[in-house]
Amino acid sequence: MDFLIFKAPMLMVQASLDGILLGILFALIAYGMALQWGVMNIINIAQGDLVILGGYIAYTIYLWGIHPAWGVIISPIIMFFVGWALYKLVINKVVDRDLFISILATFGIAIVFQQLMNFIFGADVVVAQSEYGTTMLFDNSVTLPNSKIFSAFISVLYAVALVIYMKKSRLGRAIRATAQNARAAKILGVDTEKVYAATFGINAALCGIAGALISITLTLHPYVGLPYTVRSFMIVIVAGLGNLPAVAVSGMGLGLFEEFADYILGTEFRIGAVFMLLVFILVYRRFKLSKKREYLK
Amino acid sequence: MKQKDLILYSGLIILGLAAPYLFSAFKVQLTYLCVLIVLAMTWNLQGGEMGYNTFGNILFYGLGMYLTASVQVGMFFPLAEWTESGGEKTFVHTTAQYFQGIGVGLLVSAIVPAVIAGAIGYAILGLRGHYFAICTLGLGIAAGEIAGGIEIIGAGQGFTTPPFPAEIVDTEARGKFFYFLSFALLVGTFIFVKYIYGSRFRLILNAIRDNEDKAEAMGIQTMKYKIVGWMCSAFFCGLAGGIMGGLIGYIDSTDVAFDGREMGVFMVLMAILGGKGTLWGPVIGATLFHFFKEGLWTLILGWQYVALGVLIVVIVVYFPEGLMGWLREKYPERFGEVIDEKDRKAQVELK
Repeated sequence: MDFLIFKAPMLMVQASLDGILLGILFALIAYGMALQWGVMNIINIAQGDLVILGGYIAYTIYLWGIHPAWGVIISPIIMFFVGWALYKLVINKVVDRDLFISILATFGIAIVFQQLMNFIFGADVVVAQSEYGTTMLFDNSVTLPNSKIFSAFISVLYAVALVIYMKKSRLGRAIRATAQNARAAKILGVDTEKVYAATFGINAALCGIAGALISITLTLHPYVGLPYTVRSFMIVIVAGLGNLPAVAVSGMGLGLFEEFADYILGTEFRIGAVFMLLVFILVYRRFKLSKKREYLK
Repeated sequence: MKQKDLILYSGLIILGLAAPYLFSAFKVQLTYLCVLIVLAMTWNLQGGEMGYNTFGNILFYGLGMYLTASVQVGMFFPLAEWTESGGEKTFVHTTAQYFQGIGVGLLVSAIVPAVIAGAIGYAILGLRGHYFAICTLGLGIAAGEIAGGIEIIGAGQGFTTPPFPAEIVDTEARGKFFYFLSFALLVGTFIFVKYIYGSRFRLILNAIRDNEDKAEAMGIQTMKYKIVGWMCSAFFCGLAGGIMGGLIGYIDSTDVAFDGREMGVFMVLMAILGGKGTLWGPVIGATLFHFFKEGLWTLILGWQYVALGVLIVVIVVYFPEGLMGWLREKYPERFGEVIDEKDRKAQVELK
């Protein structure tokens, strides 16, 4: 086979590093997905669009002349309130309903978000220049934008901070209690409605951080939200709910897969490959689980 | 009752046959309406009757579209050169070739999606609930992305379907041809779905929807029925796609064929709007939705997707049972449901 990537070992190193750094970013989004899925039992199709919205917030402050890296602080704050409002408007009505209802409702939200972003920010592909420069490795044969390293670092930082917050703080404990048993938590005096709103807000804030990082490392476009949703969904079902190290590992795995698929299949099949991988993972999971069921017979 | 039905159906058929002459300016919209009703009805077989909420029927729709056009071209001319030349055509279909092509093409576009549905059914339909929904969503989008990368069917630049033969002088002929084609499909689909509604097959599908494990325990081979149900949907979706491809005249991978953002959502929305799990629900839902869309789309130009998104949220959150469900709640007697007042009171007291 005459794929370029197998001829040049340095390209492999390049793809691997790119993939891992990208994967950490995906894991951050997936963490938010796992959080709301675990606590509220909701699959949020609009997850990716929240990410893109967060990215556009960072891009806006970049247009105002502020360095886009500040977006990782400003964007989650704004996004938290966006998430909170979204919960109060729509999500609280679908929390205890059928999962398909929540999928369809968030699908509707995703369409609204896409279109509004299209109006406000235009349909062009944009990127916020961080001007961090690039790092050259291995005799200049591997180029690594510093913004990617920065984004991976910030992702890890926020993820660790959130884990500590969930373990130590009062709200964190309330969230975990609600995830375990919402009814019991309610009886013991936890305001589950507030917990749900906070969870959705935190998820949106995580999306905001990820979006701000994407605005400096990758590109933004109003309609590219859905692939991020699917990526985070995929990572969560591979890793399982509430298994944070596994989320990180499978995020990196997905990043690697994508970079290699990019080189081997060609860039035009990249998104297609992501969606096909989703189908394959689900089908694999189904056969694995069906074996288990047979044992129960 | 029987006679009332007869009057209703013959009235509708006469209306359908007369429609292109009565509203001759709206032939394209009427064709759309027929296709939308077909899509909503087949989605209802899946989502409403079987309880498998799919976003993936767009896969068969798009597949049918590409297959019809490819067969129609490929039967007489080299396909690769056709797509490469884009809009400028050096090949021209004669009248006979055009109709032969579209006939064979529609046949292929009905059978192949059904076969594909059967082939992947075992793997996909084993998924339950939201996993199935997301998986089919992924399938539809993956198909669009992949079709957008394949050179022979036009890749990103799209695929122009053969133009209607120029030898036919009647300018109305094209619109009429596609209208009657889609109307025939609609009648065929309706008869088929109505037949299913009166059969044991529907009861089995409902059993799967209500409790699949119990249905399995009762000795129903659920997988077999699920696959057959999906194949029926795929069959009609493929035909609908083939007709739409010919009508639109241009196939783009993600904006026309595997159009999950429009058609893929429309079919779910229409079925839910009208009422899942009813025979007339999807028909009414699709008609209402189409009128709403055609009436308002131009008024709120640019904002139509926002309106669509809001509509989805509103319908799903506040109106999940749909029109038929609401009517059923209001006038249960008219749906043949007998309410035992004593029993109901007893239940209310229990609560």
